Amino acid sequence: MGAGSLIALMIAAIAFSGIALLISKFVLKATTNKQKGEPYECGIPTTGPSRIQFNVGYYLFALVFLIFDVELIFMFPWAVVVKEVGWLALFEIVIFLFILFTGLLYAHKKGALTWK
Amino acid sequence: MMFSLENITNSIHEWLYANLNATLALIIEFAIIGVLVIGLFAALGLVLIMMERKVSSWMQLRLGPNRVGPGGMFQTVADTIKLIVKEGMTPDRVDKLLFNLAPFIVMVIAMVVMAPIMFAKGFQIWDINIGVLFVLAVSSISVIGILIAGWASNNKYSLLGAMRSGAQIVSYELSAGLSVLAIVVLSGGLRMSTIIDAQQTGWWLFKGHIPAIIAFVIFIIAVTAETNRAPFDLAEAESELTGGFHTEYSGMKFALFFLAEYVNIFVVCAIGATLFLGGWMPFHIGNWQAFNHVMDYIPSSIWFFGKTFLLIFIIMWFRWTFPRLRIDQLLQLEWKYLLPISMFNLLLATVVAIAGWHF
Repeated sequence: MGAGSLIALMIAAIAFSGIALLISKFVLKATTNKQKGEPYECGIPTTGPSRIQFNVGYYLFALVFLIFDVELIFMFPWAVVVKEVGWLALFEIVIFLFILFTGLLYAHKKGALTWK
Repeated sequence: MMFSLENITNSIHEWLYANLNATLALIIEFAIIGVLVIGLFAALGLVLIMMERKVSSWMQLRLGPNRVGPGGMFQTVADTIKLIVKEGMTPDRVDKLLFNLAPFIVMVIAMVVMAPIMFAKGFQIWDINIGVLFVLAVSSISVIGILIAGWASNNKYSLLGAMRSGAQIVSYELSAGLSVLAIVVLSGGLRMSTIIDAQQTGWWLFKGHIPAIIAFVIFIIAVTAETNRAPFDLAEAESELTGGFHTEYSGMKFALFFLAEYVNIFVVCAIGATLFLGGWMPFHIGNWQAFNHVMDYIPSSIWFFGKTFLLIFIIMWFRWTFPRLRIDQLLQLEWKYLLPISMFNLLLATVVAIAGWHF
């Protein structure tokens, strides 16, 4: 099976979800009223806008993640050829991980890894 | 071998290409794949939810569901019917397009990730040459579905739950990736069949000793966090955030999220079983021929599903053993402990692989 199987799987997933939603739409009889459409906040009326400001910490962690994830991608081609290249591969990855680890220490020193 | 899925699929393949033209045969094969995977989804949904409830009740010394069917076996079927007849509400001020798109994204990701998994000997949808990388890459897209669901819901609980979930999933992806890399280094290939063939003489968990065991422990912790399960389930901590990112979802739309969540647990445990426990490879002890022959008689699909369900059981066990972490503890665990440990573990695995110190 080639790449076409991925498209087959996508179509299968969309068909499965779509049919399930359609069946439930036909089976029931929906009602609407004003209270029903309110955002759920455990019964009390909502105050203020619902799209609130969230902690900037999430954004900082996303930035640190982005850097490390890109580095991780570079290690996959390396990992496949380690056994053929031998000790030189170890030498190279030690340098690579040393720079990466220094980056982690720097982020730690700057306080980016502490939740505030 | 009397019972071999490989022979069945090969004979279907040959029969189709002998009797029909190539295009039609290909379309029929794709249709068979689609039907089989949907069937697997439905079966997994029923079995895993039942298993979760039974394991929970067993650990808490209570009976669990026992009314519908023998021993409560059809409880999940009854729940599914209930979810179908419930109204899948769309609240007034939500972003309608994104709100309805999110469950589809999550389901498509859960299904596409099935492609490179080797369910039995020679029984696999597509043996991609970048197998493990494909799984890591595609499964990380599901975080976008979760963020869309949280943002589109126009609800404070959903937004906070989605943000927590996003921070958690992306953080633990790093140590999951690094522990997978340790096994890739040892077996020298990303292809699923290469990794399984490398475990012919023994599973990596035993053959790779120290680096493989450290990688296995880190992998299990990381995938527990990635699938948003307790003790890392603070994205949907009931007492703080009601239902997390799917607070506003109800009826069948909620059921799709729920199903995708359980299928994701199966997928990560299947990857864990393939990488560390040898996939469909039977358990062998050295040169003890009599024992090895007995083990060979058990079909490969039973080995694969047995190992996968063992890992799923361990993850369910976690839920009733560890208390829930706070968000700062969760991120600290990843960034200050797991990530440096898995970096050094990768170096250790490299030394072991190059020097050939594994068995």
